[in-house]
Amino acid sequence: MMPVKSPSLKLFCLSSLPLTVAIALFAGVASGAPFVSAPQDKIDACVLKKLQELGIQPSEICSDEVFVRRIYLDVIGTLPTAQEVRDFLADKRATKRELLIDQLLTRNEFADYWAMKWCDLLRVKSEFPINLWPNAVQAYHRWIRTSIKSNMPYDRFARELLISNGSNFRVPQVNFYRAVQNKTPKALAQTVALTFMGARIEQWPEAKQEGMAAFFSQVGYKATSEWKEEIIFFDPSSSNAQMSATFPDGKAIEFTPDQDPREVFATWLVGSNNPWFSRCIANRSWSWFMGHGIIDEPDDIRPDNPPVNPELLAYLESELLSGRYDVKRLFAMILKSKTYQRSCISKSNTPEAERNFAFYPVRRLEAEVLIDALNQITGATEKYSSSIPEPFSYIPENQRTITLADGSISSPFLGLYGRSARDTGQERERNNEPNASQRLCLLNSSHIQQKLEKGDKLVSLFLEHKKPQREKVDALYLTILSRYPTIEEAKVLSEYQQDVMEKRRVAKDIVWALINTAEFQCRH
Amino acid sequence: MFGTAGLCLADTLTWGATPMVSKGGKAKSVIQIWLWGGASHLDTFDPKPEAGNEYAGPFKAVETNVSGIRICELLPLLAKQADKYAIIRGMTHGSNAHETGTYMVQTGRKAGERVIYPGVGAVVSKFRGADAGYKGQIPPYVVLTEPLGRFDEAGFLGANYKPFATGGDPSQPKFLVEGVAAQGITDEQQQERRALLNKLNTLPKKLPENATLKALAHAETQAYDMILGEGAKVFDLATEKEELREQYGRSKFGQSCLMARRLVEKGVPYVTINYNGWDTHKDNFTTLRRKLPEFDKGLATLIKDLSDRGLLSSTIIWCGGEFGRTPKVDFSAPWNGGRGHWGAAFSTLLAGGGFKGGHVVGETDAHGERVKNRPVSPAEVHNSIYALMGIDEQVKRLQPANAEPRDTPVIPFNLLKEIL
Repeated sequence: MMPVKSPSLKLFCLSSLPLTVAIALFAGVASGAPFVSAPQDKIDACVLKKLQELGIQPSEICSDEVFVRRIYLDVIGTLPTAQEVRDFLADKRATKRELLIDQLLTRNEFADYWAMKWCDLLRVKSEFPINLWPNAVQAYHRWIRTSIKSNMPYDRFARELLISNGSNFRVPQVNFYRAVQNKTPKALAQTVALTFMGARIEQWPEAKQEGMAAFFSQVGYKATSEWKEEIIFFDPSSSNAQMSATFPDGKAIEFTPDQDPREVFATWLVGSNNPWFSRCIANRSWSWFMGHGIIDEPDDIRPDNPPVNPELLAYLESELLSGRYDVKRLFAMILKSKTYQRSCISKSNTPEAERNFAFYPVRRLEAEVLIDALNQITGATEKYSSSIPEPFSYIPENQRTITLADGSISSPFLGLYGRSARDTGQERERNNEPNASQRLCLLNSSHIQQKLEKGDKLVSLFLEHKKPQREKVDALYLTILSRYPTIEEAKVLSEYQQDVMEKRRVAKDIVWALINTAEFQCRH
Repeated sequence: MFGTAGLCLADTLTWGATPMVSKGGKAKSVIQIWLWGGASHLDTFDPKPEAGNEYAGPFKAVETNVSGIRICELLPLLAKQADKYAIIRGMTHGSNAHETGTYMVQTGRKAGERVIYPGVGAVVSKFRGADAGYKGQIPPYVVLTEPLGRFDEAGFLGANYKPFATGGDPSQPKFLVEGVAAQGITDEQQQERRALLNKLNTLPKKLPENATLKALAHAETQAYDMILGEGAKVFDLATEKEELREQYGRSKFGQSCLMARRLVEKGVPYVTINYNGWDTHKDNFTTLRRKLPEFDKGLATLIKDLSDRGLLSSTIIWCGGEFGRTPKVDFSAPWNGGRGHWGAAFSTLLAGGGFKGGHVVGETDAHGERVKNRPVSPAEVHNSIYALMGIDEQVKRLQPANAEPRDTPVIPFNLLKEIL
């Protein structure tokens, strides 16, 4: 985008600094900042090395306008307000991108958005086919969100999910073993492997599957007199119980009668010598920001699906280990890299260029993020309710969609835009592919038209007589597209206003057109 | 995301792109009438007047135009056309829960497998729509009017195989199809808006080769075909004769049946009429006294209308819900003559597209509680539909991408031989 006025356009961006200066800068930032910046330059070095080998030219570093929108959407699943965009663009500090990243990582919306993503993987929903039921969903979601908010080390997060015992209402972590379609030891092992090892063990040889399943052969479930309460416990008397098991790396083990095999497994899983565990989360983290994994799909790790850039993945893994599984630190490192901050305007369109991260990939916004963005800019709200248990529960209308705990609480919009069904825990369950029904919805449905009619925050701004025309158009662009309009765009709008005399209609049409641009519907 | 996967993305976006003509099959379309909540089999197609008031309640049975077949007396119009449809009285799956029952009746699979299977509509829309060169301007899988809910129609096939739900109400003076018609916006304004959007939509101009943006643009072109093109006209019921509209009944259901016929005429392969209100725990008989005549009018006229237009031989009508209802009536308060959920035995109606009319498949016991002869699983109904559409071989091979054979337990591909 070539903005008409962009105070920061001429400002240098970090990428243009010599390496040593950049490192010194980060060291300076790190002393007072909560997240100690790792030298993300190593990330860029790994990526550039591979691109050079392939003879692929990476795209330029993106503009501040593109960056501010991208970083808000990627880190907190939320569109920046017009004021936030103005402030960032006007900021003259050299480290303003890093400062914004650090600041966003502490926002409440960070916990909301990443809890939403984790609830997809952990299958948090009340109804069929997961059937956690509402009380347990609320408890589980709250625990997940709190863990993210407090930046619980990831190894502890996994361990607590794997070994906890108790009531699904009081010990929320036990819901991990309830959020499955099938509670046989093998099905539990499949879920554990998918979630924490990024492996689909259905594809393993039968004996290897059985070997891992044995670790989950003593998981007990029992009901209480409370409606839908369930206790998950270590149950050595289970009819499934097996006294020996084989780790996925082939090592066999015998259990003593008082040993909960889940603990044995968890200790093996999060152990520092285990490549499965750190690789999976390092690769997932990368894929969440870069659109696809170094191993892709990120939850299909197997020997015949090698990483496109082994050095890069190994580096991310080692940083995760040296940072003691501080996932936020890893996020910050990825976000501060040039690789992440590259423009989507690619210099090479080959699949190889995309696969090797030569540019930032354009992707349609997730269902929840898109509807929240539409509500944020128009001032409208959504109505969500749960029909179980009776009497119905109604979610307060001003609550944002990314904060919904329950995958069973939905709307036609969320279904249409491919929100995860949360049935399997696979990443691909969320579908961000565009289709024609979605376009019909955004172009012409009563749901969206009513937001333009009734939630007319922007429309009324446009009808205010006092403000100069220029300012009004700026405000629309900053609010909806997080940037100033170009000269050409400003001209198109002023012509449209001359053609269409009715002011109210003009205002609505412009808002309508901007939310229907690809630029609005996608992260770019 | 890239490479061959990128190509797949582009393909799935069209409502018909890759010509891959499937072999034969008389049936071209399916109209599924979904009796949401589970209609009482005893009070519709499997009456048991001899079981006494305790089971049959106040309704009587009436002879149809096929000797030996009786249905509920409140379905007189359907009784005149029993030669055109088959009644499956042996339906059974054993689940009494709405979600599980719906899943089993719509997908033919047991709940609790790791993979979530697509419903029949999504499967047909795949093999008769997107993957089979379907060129219509209407999406290949349409739901009148609200999505089923509590059920992921497309399962592992993903969001692009989900149905297009029309919203609105076809019995209203103007049927406002969600997204296709916007109240208060003229075609002229639509055109002006579209031109404005084209000027402001600058990102695709900078990235002309980007797969995601191309997909988005393609989707938009299709959407405008519906808004401004021929697509919108099919939803205009005003062009139908008043007399016929009356025959269908001026109810939402009746006019949905008429709408379904119009969609099938346009070549839409799968239309679901989501017809709710059958979950009659309380006041079953009072509810059905009101509901059955509306049902009778709509369905009977649909069968007759399709038959008159020569479309019945190529259109399958599949009518049923997720289960039946408890044969023994609960006359106590607060149920006041209510019936609960009953998955052990229920009825389904099949007509057209090659299904033989005038037949009954399966038989329940004297009280309608258990299937005595010829139990029929939901999968047998689906398989028979697929066979009549000539897509059975493709369906047999249908698996989630990357699935190992182990992921998808093979179930025998049984058919309703009696009526094929």
